[in-house]
Amino acid sequence: METTTKVDLGDFRLETRAWLEENCPESMRQPVKSTSDMYWGGRNAKFSSKDQRTWFEKMLKKKWIVPYWEKKYGGGGLTAEENNILIQEMSRLGCRKPLFSFGIAMLGPALLKFATEEQKLRYLPEIVEGKIWWCQGYSEPNAGSDLAGLQMKAKDKGDHYLINGSKVWTTYADNADWIFCLVRTNPDVAKHYGISFMLVDMSTIGVSVRPIKLISGKSPFCETFFDNVEVPKSNLIGTLNDGWTIAKYLLTHERQMIGGVGETDIKKEISEIAKDKLSMFSGQLDDSLLRAQIAKFEMDEKIFELTIQRIVDEDKSGKQSAALSSFFKYYGTELNIKREELLMQIGGNDALLWVANDHNDADAARRFCRSKGNTIEGGTSEIQLNIIAKRVLNLPS
Amino acid sequence: MLLILTEEQKMLKQAATEFLQTNSPLESFRELRDNNYKSFDPKVWEGFVEMGWTALTIPESYGGLDFGYTGLGQILEETGKTLTKSPLISSILLSASAIRLSDNEMLKAKWLPELMNGKTLMSLALDEQSFFDLNLIESTAVLSEDNFIINGVKKMVIDACNSNYLIVVARLNDSISLFLVDSNSEGVNIKTDILMDAGSYSSIDFNNVNVPAKNQLNIKIEGEKILKSTLDIGAIGLSCEMLGSVQAAFDQTIEYIKEREQFGTKIGSYQGLQHRAADLFCEIELCKSIVIKALQCIDNEDENLSHYAHLAKAKLGEVLKQTSNEAIQMHGGIGVTDDVNIGFYLKRARVIQRLLGDTNYHLNCIAKQKGY
Repeated sequence: METTTKVDLGDFRLETRAWLEENCPESMRQPVKSTSDMYWGGRNAKFSSKDQRTWFEKMLKKKWIVPYWEKKYGGGGLTAEENNILIQEMSRLGCRKPLFSFGIAMLGPALLKFATEEQKLRYLPEIVEGKIWWCQGYSEPNAGSDLAGLQMKAKDKGDHYLINGSKVWTTYADNADWIFCLVRTNPDVAKHYGISFMLVDMSTIGVSVRPIKLISGKSPFCETFFDNVEVPKSNLIGTLNDGWTIAKYLLTHERQMIGGVGETDIKKEISEIAKDKLSMFSGQLDDSLLRAQIAKFEMDEKIFELTIQRIVDEDKSGKQSAALSSFFKYYGTELNIKREELLMQIGGNDALLWVANDHNDADAARRFCRSKGNTIEGGTSEIQLNIIAKRVLNLPS
Repeated sequence: MLLILTEEQKMLKQAATEFLQTNSPLESFRELRDNNYKSFDPKVWEGFVEMGWTALTIPESYGGLDFGYTGLGQILEETGKTLTKSPLISSILLSASAIRLSDNEMLKAKWLPELMNGKTLMSLALDEQSFFDLNLIESTAVLSEDNFIINGVKKMVIDACNSNYLIVVARLNDSISLFLVDSNSEGVNIKTDILMDAGSYSSIDFNNVNVPAKNQLNIKIEGEKILKSTLDIGAIGLSCEMLGSVQAAFDQTIEYIKEREQFGTKIGSYQGLQHRAADLFCEIELCKSIVIKALQCIDNEDENLSHYAHLAKAKLGEVLKQTSNEAIQMHGGIGVTDDVNIGFYLKRARVIQRLLGDTNYHLNCIAKQKGY
């Protein structure tokens, strides 16, 4: 247990606000517009501006890259309340995240819960310092919705494992240094019980990567191939053949992230955009059908926010909410694709731009195309509904 | 403020569940209906009074419990599950709220305790057309010496057949005023219909009805302000009942599809039903959130009360419609017979979703509030 000196939260807020105002460069308070606005770290890390570097280094020195991890792992040791204040103050100023990282949001929670102390001390500080860019290797060409049907094999060769197979939807694998994978370590038992969770250095001989081009025209995802890749035994996380427990734990985190839970950036209201773009007559949008769709959407968006708040409050008061990550993932992503659909409608022909002279305008169509993946990645909407039907409603199979 | 019930509120809800399951289960609704559409069971109403539920929203200075609307909302939610008919909506949720919001001390001191005791019943006489719309109020009040003379036609007045008094909304010098009118006054002619939910709703003619000047609810504050707050509270209270009905109809349907077999298997194992049930589950989670938020807004006198009232009634109207339709469809053939109770929710849904404005009405209000 680490002891943190209990400081008055009001003081903490004022100090945090003052520190951010002094140290966050003006350009780092602008909304993220393109991937170059995000710093991902890694072995080949490149800062796209001097301000980006300054901001990262100041936050690193302040121990605020992952403020809520314990100090021995490179975190800031903040309490949940302090961390909330920091998030609120960053959001108030519009501060960008100093480091974008799957290590923080996806691998970190698994290591904290399932890794040995030695593994934690080795991998967590590297994540905080942005030294390693992590990617995730879950899905396979024949294991999408049926993730537990994954086939990539890791054979026990005495002093190491030998991995053969491939992974798809490995986000930014073309830039990543390490990958955390689900692998099959026992093919002879029921599919959920023969899976293990392993870490693999992408520079190992036999690892290769091919980017996948999406309908949005961009390539955030890759396919990653493993051809006789040797992995040290110490790279196994948790118990052999119990990787599915870790996978489920991490998918819960991932679903909440895709569903928008805990998201700090405040999206502009659809109706505000519509008022700017569309013709009005005596204070009302001319297109009365669109007006009704917007009102319905904003109702659901607002009430979904309240629902996140209510469920967090119930959680705090000790009520266990079963399989609710599936609810968040399903409802949050369905709302998001409705939002992008409405933005296409509101944007009119301008929203169709693909290659435009003015770069800033050519975003809506690509965002729309990208949003189509939201209800598929991290478990499709249909899979989430299956989970709710079986685990919450206890409907028969 | 946390979006959860306090311990006291949870206990109240629990007490309501037990009382209603014992004294007024869903089957009682059928009995009342088959007993010539009786509008409520006086014994059950006495029970409500004894349990203190009619006093929850009455300030202590008038002998009430001052427990708050979040408490009343729990009772209403439970009555939505059992479809228990009572004057709780007409007398307490609507009429007592209007009087409580009024600045006529004499009226408050005299009638709040009476309403709380359950002896005097009141109804709010507002609608004049087939649609809920505040702009369509044409009834008039004219001051003549010590009396107001009221003329007009009111419709859809809940439980007016049982009420001793009516709170009548009328135009006085072009602005909205509210008047407490004795139902037995000369010139008041009440005709009562039964609607599809087996409830009693009245059309009332006011033909040169004399009302003592001291019976005006709004003295210094604007009548419209009292009315709008009453309607916000009313919409939220109705949303509570709707939430109860949504949950009960959903739960009963889930139980049914777990038991019913066709093709040698439980029909609840079919994905065609599972996905629709799971989608409803999500919508119901949203309903719970907006209802508790809106109730807390009443008790905290939140400045955005009307926004949350619109959100609540709009969302609950939508989801109750979806749930009551799905409940029938998933019950299949038996769902369209009067042998089972599931159809009660459909018929109540169609009435309550219209009372004080339907989903479209409230969405329109939200859009106007946000300037589009």
